[in-house]
Amino acid sequence: MIDGSLFDLSASTTKFLILSSLLFVIGVGGVLARRNIIVIFMSIELILNAVNINFIAFTRHWQVLGKINEHTGELFTIFVITVAAAEAAIGLGIVVSLYRNRETVAVDEIDLLKW
Amino acid sequence: MLKLLFLVPTLPLIGAILNGLFGRRFRFSERTVAAIACGTTGLSLLIAIGAIIDYSRSLAPTLYRNTAFAYTWFDGGLARTVTGSVRQFRVEWIYQLDPLAAVMMFIVTFVGFLIHVFSVGYMSGEGGYYRFFSFLNLFMFMMLVLVLASNFTMMFVGWEGVGLCSYLLIGFYFERDEAAYASKKAFITNRIGDMGFLLGVFGVFALFGTLDFGELAEVFRSGGAASYVESLGQWGVMSWIALGLFVGAAGKSAQIPLFVWLPDAMAGPTPVSALIHAATMVTAGVYLLARVNYIFAAAPSAMVVVAIIGALTALLGAAIGLTQNDIKKVLAYSTVSQLGLMFLACGVGAFTAAIFHVFTHAFFKAQLFLGSGSVIHSLHHEQDMRKMGGLKKYLPKTHWTMIASWLAICGVIPFAGFFSKDEILHRTFLNGKVLYAIAIVASFLTAFYMTRLMAMTFWAPERFDHQPHESPPIMWIPLAILGVLALVAGWVGIPHALGGSNNFAAWLEPILIKTAANTEVHEASSSIELSLMLVSLLVALAGILLARWIYLKRPEVADSLSETAAGVPYRMSLNKFYVDEAYNVFPIGATLRTSEVLMQVDARGVDGLANGSARLTQIGSSISNWLDKYVVDLLVNLQGWLVRAGSVVLRSVQTGLVQNYALLMVLGLIAFVVYLIAAR
Repeated sequence: MIDGSLFDLSASTTKFLILSSLLFVIGVGGVLARRNIIVIFMSIELILNAVNINFIAFTRHWQVLGKINEHTGELFTIFVITVAAAEAAIGLGIVVSLYRNRETVAVDEIDLLKW
Repeated sequence: MLKLLFLVPTLPLIGAILNGLFGRRFRFSERTVAAIACGTTGLSLLIAIGAIIDYSRSLAPTLYRNTAFAYTWFDGGLARTVTGSVRQFRVEWIYQLDPLAAVMMFIVTFVGFLIHVFSVGYMSGEGGYYRFFSFLNLFMFMMLVLVLASNFTMMFVGWEGVGLCSYLLIGFYFERDEAAYASKKAFITNRIGDMGFLLGVFGVFALFGTLDFGELAEVFRSGGAASYVESLGQWGVMSWIALGLFVGAAGKSAQIPLFVWLPDAMAGPTPVSALIHAATMVTAGVYLLARVNYIFAAAPSAMVVVAIIGALTALLGAAIGLTQNDIKKVLAYSTVSQLGLMFLACGVGAFTAAIFHVFTHAFFKAQLFLGSGSVIHSLHHEQDMRKMGGLKKYLPKTHWTMIASWLAICGVIPFAGFFSKDEILHRTFLNGKVLYAIAIVASFLTAFYMTRLMAMTFWAPERFDHQPHESPPIMWIPLAILGVLALVAGWVGIPHALGGSNNFAAWLEPILIKTAANTEVHEASSSIELSLMLVSLLVALAGILLARWIYLKRPEVADSLSETAAGVPYRMSLNKFYVDEAYNVFPIGATLRTSEVLMQVDARGVDGLANGSARLTQIGSSISNWLDKYVVDLLVNLQGWLVRAGSVVLRSVQTGLVQNYALLMVLGLIAFVVYLIAAR
């Protein structure tokens, strides 16, 4: 029997999903409620990482069930991290530019999308 | 040479084109212009003479048709003649030569060439030198087309063309009002005649279905036209055709009532008067009558009209010529009178005599005009004979050459005019004594006014202002040639009564249709002819001597005549019998008044209609404007308002705040999840 907590079925998939759901809800709450765009970014990171946990959790779930070579979720996680990094870079660039023009990073003051 | 006949008209045309199109652009010198103009006409003359010689040797008197460069000018459809036969209407552009055309072609090219040469000197230094020669060459072309035409349509081209050139050349000094009016007058008067010509031609086609002279002559010769003469009576259709053609001829040849343009045409340069208004164009009418003599022979009543008009014109022209003081006006009325004599000849059926007179008249009248041109030239454009006199000493060559023409026109044996005029008088005598009397009076007057012209110009005491000078050789040599011809040209037609053989009549005989009038002449006794000659000779001498006596020996007689008893006829003659004034009152005044009335009709009636319809359109358009503005536009705007009102509500959703949108997304997500759970 292979020893390790990784394969310990007591740490069941459900728990991981609960964790990721909590993270997701926190992120969504942050996105909806906070004024500061930087904090909104951080909240988006939380959402993304909630997704990542889901990926990992389900990969593990499949491996525990016997599909030793199942790595799709892990692969996607790396993609998500990469894209998130790029997105953060561009997003922060926009924020800097926005601040230079409007002297604010509060989203309730930025309503340019209005008709 | 006969094959080159087409070149006779074509060469002057080339000259006209060269001078007319390039003379100004390339600033041709006078020498170049003269060389082109005289060269082409001279070459044309040589070819014409060669062609006539060839023709007389080989083909005469049959009809020669020059097929080189001939083509179908236009090809109309089928036409039904009044007799019911269906004929193809086709016009060929083809030159023909017959004895008549040969005579005319010779006159035109020969006199034309000499006048071209004369003009080189006469027009020297005038503005528009190239223009003058271009027009003159164009005239030669048109006249030769007229003469050599093989059908009425082609002849009409020449007929109109010479009218055009006459217009252009009369108006050569277009900066002078007088010349401009004269050219218009000539053109419009000719148009009236042309109308008659056209009607005649239409009649010919309607009746015979052909316009070709050869075919027409054949129809008449074979008796195919005889039925028309008889079936339609004295004033039948043939008479109307003949009268129509005569009206055309009267317009072109300045007969009553259309003669008024010719004296005014003297506003043109003198060589033009000599060529167009004495020698060639004005004889086109006589040529036309001789060309279609078969039509006139078939219309005896029209012949009477022609004879009467001719005789009256001869008398009227001579009567007006008596008192004119402008040397060219005298010659112009003299031309009218002589043309009247030719028409008288045609009217009595003496077509050969008429053409004979055309032939001799062309030489002596051209000479007289050129002589007067020489006089005018030497006196620095003085045309009033009262300011001449004594020029015999200064212009000997002009004087002696004009002597020949003077004797010729008076009809003194053996000068050219004697033979031709005498033949006309003889034939007139056989036809009617009244006409003969008129012609004799006209001859007397002719001798009188021509002697008056010579006396006032050359023999009377000197009255001029400028020192005259004899003309250069290029001017007096043509004068001399024509002067010699004024003496000898008549010798080709010495009548049998004088022991001659009348070659001229024999040459022209084949073109004439045989009629009773033609044949009975040969039977007339020569004793009558001889006594008639004596009478006309005596009349001419009487006229000459009387005029000499009055104007040289007793000048005061003329003055007293003009002031006393004979004053009324004198003033009548001086004022040209008030014909122009009468025309101003009746045809011209009536036309003007009619046009005035028509103008009122136009201004009130037609314009009223036009303005009314415009007003209606305006009202209609303002109604439709109102409809467009308040109905159509309302519908369109309503749509716009509806959209706008809807958007006011809907756009409040768009806050522009990212978090609102995100909230909506989340709510949607939650709703979706709830739905999934509930649906399970």
